Amino acid sequence: MSNEQLTPEQKEILDKLVKRMNLLVYTAGFIVVFVLFNIMAPDTAGRLFGDASAEAATEEIAEAAPAIDDELVVDGIHMATGLIVDDGFIQVKASCTSCHSANLITQNRADRKGWEKMIRWMQETQNLWDLGPNEPIILDYLAKNYAPVDKGRRANLSNIEWYALED
Amino acid sequence: MRNRRKADLPAPPVPEGRNQNSEDRRDFMRKAGLAAMTMALGTKIVYGDNLPEDVVPVALQQGMSDPAMKGKHPDLVVLNNRPWNVETPAHLLDDEVTPAEKMYVRNNGNFPEKIEVSTWTLTIDGEAMPKPVTITLNDLKTKFERHSYRLTLECGGNGRAEFNPPAKGNQWTFGAVSCAEWTGVRLRDVLEFAGVTKSKAVYVGYYGADVHLSGNPDKVVISRGVPFAKAMEDETLLAFQMNGQDIPVQHGHPLRMVVGGWPASVSGKWLTRLAVRDKVHDGPKMEAPAYRLPKYPVAPGTDVKDEDMVIMEAMPVKSVITYPKSGATLGLGKTLNLRGHAWAGDRFVREMHVSIDFGATWQASELKPAANKNAWQRFTASVKFPEPGYYEVWAKATDSNGIAQPMVVPGWNPKGYGNNATHRIAVMVTK
Repeated sequence: MSNEQLTPEQKEILDKLVKRMNLLVYTAGFIVVFVLFNIMAPDTAGRLFGDASAEAATEEIAEAAPAIDDELVVDGIHMATGLIVDDGFIQVKASCTSCHSANLITQNRADRKGWEKMIRWMQETQNLWDLGPNEPIILDYLAKNYAPVDKGRRANLSNIEWYALED
Repeated sequence: MRNRRKADLPAPPVPEGRNQNSEDRRDFMRKAGLAAMTMALGTKIVYGDNLPEDVVPVALQQGMSDPAMKGKHPDLVVLNNRPWNVETPAHLLDDEVTPAEKMYVRNNGNFPEKIEVSTWTLTIDGEAMPKPVTITLNDLKTKFERHSYRLTLECGGNGRAEFNPPAKGNQWTFGAVSCAEWTGVRLRDVLEFAGVTKSKAVYVGYYGADVHLSGNPDKVVISRGVPFAKAMEDETLLAFQMNGQDIPVQHGHPLRMVVGGWPASVSGKWLTRLAVRDKVHDGPKMEAPAYRLPKYPVAPGTDVKDEDMVIMEAMPVKSVITYPKSGATLGLGKTLNLRGHAWAGDRFVREMHVSIDFGATWQASELKPAANKNAWQRFTASVKFPEPGYYEVWAKATDSNGIAQPMVVPGWNPKGYGNNATHRIAVMVTK
């Protein structure tokens, strides 16, 4: 989307329009999902949106905290863990996420040697077992899918969310 | 389309050839996600439209009923949920005294399984104690003089996300810092009451009731501490209150150490035992390379031997801009009134400067004195912009020894500690 040619006024109008559209889409999406949900799971829906106040419903759901379906893979990502599905995924999920969450993998980057060091450290201090024949499979997976990229000494600020500062 | 990644950080690296997929996935997550989230929460996600990509609202993380998230602001960012590690976006650190809902959470293990306040005790032993002494929590609360201090607690790895090559661990950006008001008794008073042999005391190590991730009840999660001299300072507390109330569970209820200005991992939570040692304490995470820095500067990526690593003590001088949030757009001619906090380990912040030209020129800011030693200091500045365009506001603190924050990421170290590079926010000035 290129709007370099627009005047600030036009940009503002466009921005507002986009926001309205987003709201519309989300609202429509929500209604569709709500209706579907009512049809497919009337009990839960009733509990969620029935007599109970919004706060009570939140409380109740907080207790239930439904886990994401373990089978669900979207665009190569295993949704329950956030891990990339690739050769070795099964071994990584089984070996790494019984003690800590997969966040500890997905937020880190290292080469094969770096990942190996982490495994050794966990074996020495954190009760991680001998990974046996799974170890090279796990290391291949980590080194390929969670490899470091050069960030330089300091990166540009990126993905800035612009907003009008009212003062 | 606007991008939704965290505003004040470089984009996390995406593996080669996966960019398209990731984009699609984020899009999916946002579209499908919002409706599903709304449904699951039974309430509208007010700023759903502004959710950073890859960030799942705190309340929707698996195990959302976990006490870690109880009472937390929904815009805190979960880095890890087992163990729980959650950071605060810079603009939510604006309060003079950090409220519980905006305090970052850092854990090495899981929370204690049971907390029995009425029977809670603290045992003090170790080589520098003639005999072990056990004190009840109730006695600590009633038989010693109470003190309150505002104390800055910052994770040693705050800023780790910027190191290159990356350092392993939770990828904190700017938000693993807080300054709450802590109330308790002086560690010094308790050690003296317990009859510590001062001539023998070298280090005070802590033990807590948290549970090792492996579930093994015999494994200690973390047991760090401070040199005896630091333990004996006025501001080193055994605290049972935060901001005038019981300490929240995730922050160490019912009793914890609070040692302002040092890596927060020395401030043991769920405190049950103190060991007054005749040598440097040797509990888990005292050993190299945990919480240690190379004793000489090293090139990025260097493999540093354990014996060449030294324990990290007071945190370096640092500051964060808490207002406005990065991404502000304002008209030419408008004055931008900034504010934030600055802190400097065991020192004070002496000067505060801001720059709107990438560090070419610096303007002095107003700087308030600290409420007490180890408390952060409020700074405010008013800046005007000469012409329309893209600006970054940089904030730089200078401590009482004349040491200032670097404008690039400081000395690389294997574990990614002590990144005190200047905080930056983006500002757009329009005609």
